[in-house]
Amino acid sequence: MDNILCIFRREFRSYFDAPIAYIVLMFFLLIAGYFFTTNLFLVNQANLRTIFGIIPLLFVFFVPAISMRLLAEEKKSGTIELLFTYPIRDAEIVVGKYLAALGLIAVLLIFTFLYPLTVSTLGNLDAGQVISGYIGLFLLGAAYLAIGIFASSITENQIVAFMVAWAISLFFFILDKILFFVPTSLANILEYLAIEYHFQNIARGVIDSRNVIYFFSMIFVGLLLASHALSRRKGD
Amino acid sequence: MIQLAKVTKSYSGVKAVDDVTLSIPSGQILGFLGPNAAGKTTTMRMITCYMPPTAGKIQVDGLDTIEQSLEVRRKIGYLPEMAPVYQDINVLDYLNYVCDLRRIAADKRQQRIRRIIERCGLEEVLHKDVGQLSKGYRQRVGLAQAMVHDPDIVVLDEPTAGLDPNQIAEIRALIKELGREKTVILSTHILSEVQATCSRIVIINQGRIVADDTPEGLQANAEGRGVFITAVKTAAGDVAAKTRQIAGVEEARPISSTQGVQKLRIESGAGRDVREDFFRLAVRENWVILEMAQESRSLEEVFRNLTREDQ
Ligand SMILES: Nc1ncnc2c1ncn2[C@@H]1O[C@H](COP(=O)(O)OP(=O)(O)OP(=O)(O)O)[C@@H](O)[C@H]1O
Ligand SMILES: [Mg+2]
Repeated sequence: MDNILCIFRREFRSYFDAPIAYIVLMFFLLIAGYFFTTNLFLVNQANLRTIFGIIPLLFVFFVPAISMRLLAEEKKSGTIELLFTYPIRDAEIVVGKYLAALGLIAVLLIFTFLYPLTVSTLGNLDAGQVISGYIGLFLLGAAYLAIGIFASSITENQIVAFMVAWAISLFFFILDKILFFVPTSLANILEYLAIEYHFQNIARGVIDSRNVIYFFSMIFVGLLLASHALSRRKGD
Repeated sequence: MIQLAKVTKSYSGVKAVDDVTLSIPSGQILGFLGPNAAGKTTTMRMITCYMPPTAGKIQVDGLDTIEQSLEVRRKIGYLPEMAPVYQDINVLDYLNYVCDLRRIAADKRQQRIRRIIERCGLEEVLHKDVGQLSKGYRQRVGLAQAMVHDPDIVVLDEPTAGLDPNQIAEIRALIKELGREKTVILSTHILSEVQATCSRIVIINQGRIVADDTPEGLQANAEGRGVFITAVKTAAGDVAAKTRQIAGVEEARPISSTQGVQKLRIESGAGRDVREDFFRLAVRENWVILEMAQESRSLEEVFRNLTREDQ
């Protein structure tokens, strides 16, 4: 536990020591803010539907940008060789780094509280809807992040890590948008695999164990594969 | 005490370390010497628990590097080749981070860090980012990182590579001082380095140990292996062939032959002097010895011979 905390602290800090955290934060809030305000003035409607609609898509791009460096960077610079010889398990390295990136995503989401606050001054805000929406977003980010850390564990090239994470995330994102084109029998399966299906369920306020299990198994598998990829150094 | 028993490491079937058995008692400064790709780094990575051997067993103070990996790691400090340390963090923060990971209690930490800073000469760069340091200072940060938890065993992969002569001298002095209380394993391509610092030299080539001796022993071996040049006057065509038949002669090579004077280079095995036998042979064969000069072989030559590709 302490080991995970050490890794977490150092990793979380290093996000803010470098420009990356600020760049991600700025662009994310700019784009989300753009959609929020156009919706606010054009439709003249104070609700959060657009924001909960656009963030899942934004995450497909932003989460891989946050996760790409997690392991790839240390593999490239060789610093991971030292980590591997300290009294700390591979899984602790993976989890510590994962949590640090998750922390950054939490910071990102906290900044977006601005939007519900705006809405609440303009009209009626359904607090329950906001809370479940944010729980959904957080789980969604956590799942994309698990994909991202896995992608970062299989390469020492951050661009490759980004592309792989982006492609896999996009795959899960797009699944429920192509349901028209597939036979019904397959559609059910695709729907269950689709990440946004589960997100929308949670965001609607029906927190079903099926949806929660989906996200947690995604996270678990991502982390497991990432630690597995790290131990590949051990050779045959 | 570090024990390697029949240790083999292969990368997709190709053996980088091949059936190495080695025992390193506490308090030794052991120099791993070998050409590029000999398997030095691979061996060190197995000792430091970076990766397990493909076959064989490594024990550190009786603890297995696979089963009791975390305990073994606590006993060891490691400086990898090229000293990879974080670039975006200042020296003091970095050492504190290492203390965190090494679980050094808060009350001991100040003193440990102060001591290591002094030892590695890092006072002036404490608040600089590691990325801005010169190669020599980065190497020292790497050393500090390896020693801050006061381990019993220190493993250093090419600790002086890329340093200027002054810094090499300083690092060597530091290693010698370390060796008074710790087991030190270092690797290098440079023979004079191990001669200067080590109490034991292990020469490794293509994954195998080809020599294991003290610096003095290797030196004696080098000198004992007699090499001499001789010139004999005779018309006989089989001088080299006959010489090779003398017991102890390993090599007799004609160098030149002009106007009936033949020059040869004769090499004998360790500790054997064959000059007398050669003299008797010459008398029997009626060769006239015009010249005979002993050549002493350098350690470099021993090293080159041991690690020749065609062996
Ligand atoms: N990760 C790896 N994957 C595949 N082969 C490897 C790997 N690491 C090392 N090797 C191979 O193992 C052999 C031994 O390499 P090693 O790095 O141990 O040599 P070395 O003695 O440290 O050499 P140098 O003096 O150049 O540092 C080499 O042939 C190398 O190509
Ligand atoms: Mg090496």
